[in-house]
Amino acid sequence: MHISNGIINGPVAGIFAALALAALTVCVLRGRRDLDDRLAPMAGLVAAFIFAVQMLNFPIFTAGVSGHLLGGALAALLVGPWVGALCVAVVLVVQALVFGDGGVAMLGLNVTNMALLGTAVAYLLIAGLLRVLPRTPAGLGVTAFVSALLSVVVAAQGFVLQYWLGGTTDLGGNITGLAATMAGAHLLIGIGEGLITATTVVTVAKVRPDLVYALRALKPATPAPVPAVGGVR
Amino acid sequence: MRKRSWGFVAVGLLVALLLAGVVSNYASSHPDGLDSSLLKGCTVDSEGEITGGSCPAQQEKEHEVGGPLADYGVAGIDNGFLSTGLSGALGVLLTFAVGGGVFWLLRRRGPAGPDDSGDTARGDRQRAGAAG
Repeated sequence: MHISNGIINGPVAGIFAALALAALTVCVLRGRRDLDDRLAPMAGLVAAFIFAVQMLNFPIFTAGVSGHLLGGALAALLVGPWVGALCVAVVLVVQALVFGDGGVAMLGLNVTNMALLGTAVAYLLIAGLLRVLPRTPAGLGVTAFVSALLSVVVAAQGFVLQYWLGGTTDLGGNITGLAATMAGAHLLIGIGEGLITATTVVTVAKVRPDLVYALRALKPATPAPVPAVGGVR
Repeated sequence: MRKRSWGFVAVGLLVALLLAGVVSNYASSHPDGLDSSLLKGCTVDSEGEITGGSCPAQQEKEHEVGGPLADYGVAGIDNGFLSTGLSGALGVLLTFAVGGGVFWLLRRRGPAGPDDSGDTARGDRQRAGAAG
């Protein structure tokens, strides 16, 4: 979902670059509270893993269209929202500077959609769902699937907003057409994102539950009954 | 404990290298959801080049940097499988080096004691942080 050069005009790209830089600064400041000797290498791994899976475009059963993981939900689940957004941003910077994927001038727009919007929406949903769903592989899987799917749909509409503000082709006021096309395609891509995210996170939780940030940081709304002497109060 | 975390990271990196280095060759080459949305109104040939019509994608301009790994291939390697796989593996290592390096430099460097005191203290601290 990387925007190439020339698609959004310079001023709007510049505004989003400033916005993204400010938001990433906040992520650094807040993320440092989470980043310790254990989380730092894990965050590097999450960035590298997202880079790898972003190469794996999958067909979405619409003629000639593919999609790939964005990774915001996966990062938010494994290393938290602040460090997670930074992980996706690192991937986008490497892709733009080294792999010619997404214009360098468009980096602020791409960071806003995929690193900031995607991760933020995902973590809000994760925080809500994980408090009410059971702490089972199924509960974690559903949380991952739903948050990943919806984060992709919202990230796609972030692009629609940017195109409405500074798209280089006049759609004749028909931005809703683009919004609908983007929503349709990214609902299907989101299913793929949801399946990949759920599979990965449930696997990590089975092997090393202590490495899943969301399971450490978010406590259930109603404390699980403690099998203690004297019964449940 | 610390050792096992590094073991997990090593296994994870191997999986990422396998995905980017081998599986990437089986990825779909069709345009993604965003690119295909911008192609609406145009006709494209089997190579994905625009052959007619009018669509937002026609405004696309050259990338600023390019470079030897542009478009997920290694310049000079003709074998497509090798070129894609090698660029992917290099990308994984580069992303881990950049990301891991930045996060290692940014990490909190407090006294080692409280950090290693276990998950209960960690959870409590994070809950307090989330509430505050």
